[in-house]
Amino acid sequence: MRISRSRPGTMGIAALALGSLVLTACGSSGGGNSTTPDTPGASGTPGSSQSSAAKGRTAGNTDTTGISDTEIKLGTHQPLTGVAAPGYSNIAPGAKAYYDYVNDAGGVNGRKITLNIKDDTYNPTTTGQVVDELTLQDKVFAIAHGLGTPTHTAVIDQLNESKIPDLFVSSGALAWNQPEKYPYTFGWQPDYTVEGKIIGDYIKKNMPNAKVGLYLQGDDLGRDGAAGVKQFIASQIVSEQEYTSGNTNVAPQIGALQAAGADLIVGFNVPAYTALAVLTAQKLQYKPQYMFSSVAFDPQLVSGLLANFSKGAVSAEAGAGLLDGVSVTSYLPTVDKTDNPWIQLFDKVWKAKGDGKPLTNFGVYGMAEAYTVVQSIQAAGKDINRGNIISAIEQNGASFKGPWEAPFAYSADNHSGISGVGISQFKGGKIVQLEPVMTTGDGDTPITPAKVDPATPPASGIPE
Amino acid sequence: MALDSPDVTDGELLGGGSRRVTGDGSGGPALMRSNGVKHLLLVVLAWIGIFLLVKLLQDSNPFRVTQLATMAYYLPAIAGLTVLTGVNGQISLGHGALMAVGAYTTSVLLQRQESLPFIVVVLASVATACVVGYLVGIAAARLHGPYLAGATLALAVGLPGLAVYFRDFLGGDQGLRVTPPSSPAWFESITGDLGRGYVTVLGWALALSALFFLSNLVNSRYGRQWRAVRDDEIAASLLGIDLGRARVLAFVVSAGCAGVGGSLLAVVTRLTAPLSFTIVLSLFLLTAIVLGGLGSLVGAVLGAALLTFLPTFLNNQALAAGLDNSQAANLAPVVFGLVLVLVMLLAPRGLVGTTRTAYYQRRARRSRSTGA
Amino acid sequence: MQQFLNVSFTGFTLGAIYAAFALCLVLIFRATRIINFAQGAQAALTTYIAFDLINRGFSYWLALLIAIAAGFVLGAFIERVIVRRVEKGPEINAVIVTLGLFVAIEALVGIIYSQNQQGFPAPFGVQGFKIGGTLIALTGNDRYRIVAVALALVALLALFRFTHVGLRMRAAAFGQEVAQLLGIRVGRMLTLGWALAGAFGALAGILIAGGSFISPSYMQGTVIFAFVAAVLGGLDSFAGAVVGGLILGLTQSYVQSYVDINLVNMAALVLLLGVLLVRPGGLFSASVARKV
Repeated sequence: MRISRSRPGTMGIAALALGSLVLTACGSSGGGNSTTPDTPGASGTPGSSQSSAAKGRTAGNTDTTGISDTEIKLGTHQPLTGVAAPGYSNIAPGAKAYYDYVNDAGGVNGRKITLNIKDDTYNPTTTGQVVDELTLQDKVFAIAHGLGTPTHTAVIDQLNESKIPDLFVSSGALAWNQPEKYPYTFGWQPDYTVEGKIIGDYIKKNMPNAKVGLYLQGDDLGRDGAAGVKQFIASQIVSEQEYTSGNTNVAPQIGALQAAGADLIVGFNVPAYTALAVLTAQKLQYKPQYMFSSVAFDPQLVSGLLANFSKGAVSAEAGAGLLDGVSVTSYLPTVDKTDNPWIQLFDKVWKAKGDGKPLTNFGVYGMAEAYTVVQSIQAAGKDINRGNIISAIEQNGASFKGPWEAPFAYSADNHSGISGVGISQFKGGKIVQLEPVMTTGDGDTPITPAKVDPATPPASGIPE
Repeated sequence: MALDSPDVTDGELLGGGSRRVTGDGSGGPALMRSNGVKHLLLVVLAWIGIFLLVKLLQDSNPFRVTQLATMAYYLPAIAGLTVLTGVNGQISLGHGALMAVGAYTTSVLLQRQESLPFIVVVLASVATACVVGYLVGIAAARLHGPYLAGATLALAVGLPGLAVYFRDFLGGDQGLRVTPPSSPAWFESITGDLGRGYVTVLGWALALSALFFLSNLVNSRYGRQWRAVRDDEIAASLLGIDLGRARVLAFVVSAGCAGVGGSLLAVVTRLTAPLSFTIVLSLFLLTAIVLGGLGSLVGAVLGAALLTFLPTFLNNQALAAGLDNSQAANLAPVVFGLVLVLVMLLAPRGLVGTTRTAYYQRRARRSRSTGA
Repeated sequence: MQQFLNVSFTGFTLGAIYAAFALCLVLIFRATRIINFAQGAQAALTTYIAFDLINRGFSYWLALLIAIAAGFVLGAFIERVIVRRVEKGPEINAVIVTLGLFVAIEALVGIIYSQNQQGFPAPFGVQGFKIGGTLIALTGNDRYRIVAVALALVALLALFRFTHVGLRMRAAAFGQEVAQLLGIRVGRMLTLGWALAGAFGALAGILIAGGSFISPSYMQGTVIFAFVAAVLGGLDSFAGAVVGGLILGLTQSYVQSYVDINLVNMAALVLLLGVLLVRPGGLFSASVARKV
């Protein structure tokens, strides 16, 4: 007996059913005002000619979902567990601690700010699910601090279609700054190209003979950063090496930079990979100079990681000493600057409202973002709604004062965030300034020194 | 919460795992055909049920509607996997990668060919997933148990890297944006504005079609061949079954179903990025088929419901117990892991298998007692 | 030339680590025919225990010993209390149990020790050395890793070859009924297999961590590729695990340096499928295409 073919009858029914069911579902795809997929970066520069026409994009939106007389509900998606959790899982608790601090002082206009933190494990599919939960089920007023480029990319269309404020994405991708397409979305930290441009400009002026090797994370961080650097010193770059997140073997990359004769490594990477690069260079007896973007260099984290190595029996040559002389961009004070009034404020907040562990620079980042959110809510006034908070940020954001070292670029045509960074050097466990804070934008926006004096926190610790 | 998912299938008929190949023609032609009609009816009714549910929840609980969409993309992938593993006896730790193939096909087509009808896009996604499934299936057909697990695991971790390698075409780390299909005018004139519910309804139409296709298939000669191969290779080859071909076909069918799931995932998530297709997805799919009940399509529906609703449920329970968000997020996987272990220790045949065993045992006891 | 050498050394070190973990998987597979997906999470837990002890002032070596002991106990506990109940059941149920343990243990580590990254001490230097102008990118710590894996492997083989316990373990693995008839307490031997794997995994986890970072999920990638390596070599063979690990480590290192970093994982797939197409039971399988 040979079992081979199925009877056509059964299969026929199956096919018929498939057809008839799917017919009802067979719509034209991509109807409506479907947009061509944008390449973040290409459309990053907003047209400056439309400033008047662009105003009040959100004016008609008086939606007050998530706002009551006593509460403003915010939601966020963060990697609290999984491979991206190290470090980043501290940002939202920092923000929450600051909101709790403000709430203890009565909140804003009598409303307490609550932050609902959802874990998306840095998986864009999960991000979509938890943001649905936040907006549809928990009915939050806005999404704030949403973390990550691929993750937030999964929800940006939907948030803007639903006209939900999407405040201060925790990522330096260029995509957030598209006010025409995404009127409800604002970036916050300096975008990666801005950092790249300021680094490139500094090297061109101060180290014109350096042979530059680029050390890049293989995503928008590395690529946007490199694009900025290349605007100034394309001819000085001798090698460009990418790593992929999760692969901790960077010996091939560092070896290639060494082989290319690079004497200055410029890094757009995450902190753990800074430590890996420095360690691997040590292994190869390679002693270049380093310049890292702000994302790559959390002095507390990196030196903490490196310092632990020297706890082993022998290796005194490893340790925090490896970082001496490393240059880095920054736009926020770091926790090692204990005499900085902002750090003192945030430390006080964290001691009162944190989880009992020491304050980290990720926590500072979260609090500084929360500080901006509080300012935005204040600027929107007592009759806050989903439309007027956007125009309030567009109108007042550029003059927000806070711990950031360069002003926000916010306007009706610009949703990008902090407009510049300073360059400093790590010396003897402390950071000393190499170059004052410079500001710029995307594209060919010129680089100019920042024109603000460093702000000091108000006595109450709450923006006034 | 799993009650949201209607019981769309007939447990006994579709519990492929419990049926044995007897070769005595127990599934005669007349019975088969009537089963086909019965299944068709069930599937249509289920779809109408989902449609009504979407209309009902659209305004009162829109989050449930999006959760149903999530369930719709898990369902075909899980159903295909349960047929592969439960009916044909091949394990796969790489079905997440096959979903990725479907999702990327859909995303690329929707981006470049906006005018294509969605059904064509889905069929193309199924086709590419089948091609990849065929290639893997050829290798898989020669492997046993853990060796197959290892090969498919390598597939799950290897394939997403291609999206970064071909970043100009596949969008790299940030992935490809997807504009979901919108409701055609004639459909909307009947149903009214469904909003995002349209994708849910569309997804369930496809998911149920896949389920119907599989239910007929496992009850056809192919299904019997697969079971024969699973139960006794030597006997099966004595019966003239080409073992390799039967295995490859099962893999291709299962991959095609994963392709449907991936295609739906793309339009529901609206982004196709490598980070969505980590090894965790593949392992979750495997978990779902075992929790539901291996080889049973009803079990697949339960498994899809668990994957969709359990994480939110656990998180909310933890919050209700007074934990903060971070603690809840950290505790949820502990509980999830322990649930897996406990189900395997206490109900090793999954929810469907264990329920069914209990039912038969009770019936047997009752008939014994009435007989005596 | 120098670069090629260094790429090779990097691959060799990576391969030694895969080999160590592949050995754990093989140990357990031989005893119970189960793939232990929780092996990585178990090692993460014991590594954190060692990390905690070092921070409390214990020496590296004492912490290492305690972690290995903890790994031994943990492995025995998991087999005796949990896995024992699914050993006789369907293969896939055991897979799900170990996956569940993997998820739960890893999450537990995150709760106890936080999600943050920590640098783990290296007991030896992290600098390469030069031979006549050619830099050898093999640090003291790398050499320590390779030697430690080699020594542990030799000890393990000696245990199996030359001791009474080893003989009984082999007997229990090969035929449970026969072993039982010979008066061997098979259950104990299976527990011992898991315990040894737990201890060996604890050692390997600390070797990987040394001079690098740990976070609750730091073992995930390693355990996946160790599994691939074990399959590559043949799941029944210790030698296969070692050879499979080294081949995989070297291949990945070469692909990363000379092809493209995004194809490193793909290379593992191609390598594995290539080998399995020729030898479906892995490189060191006893018989080609054993019929069930």
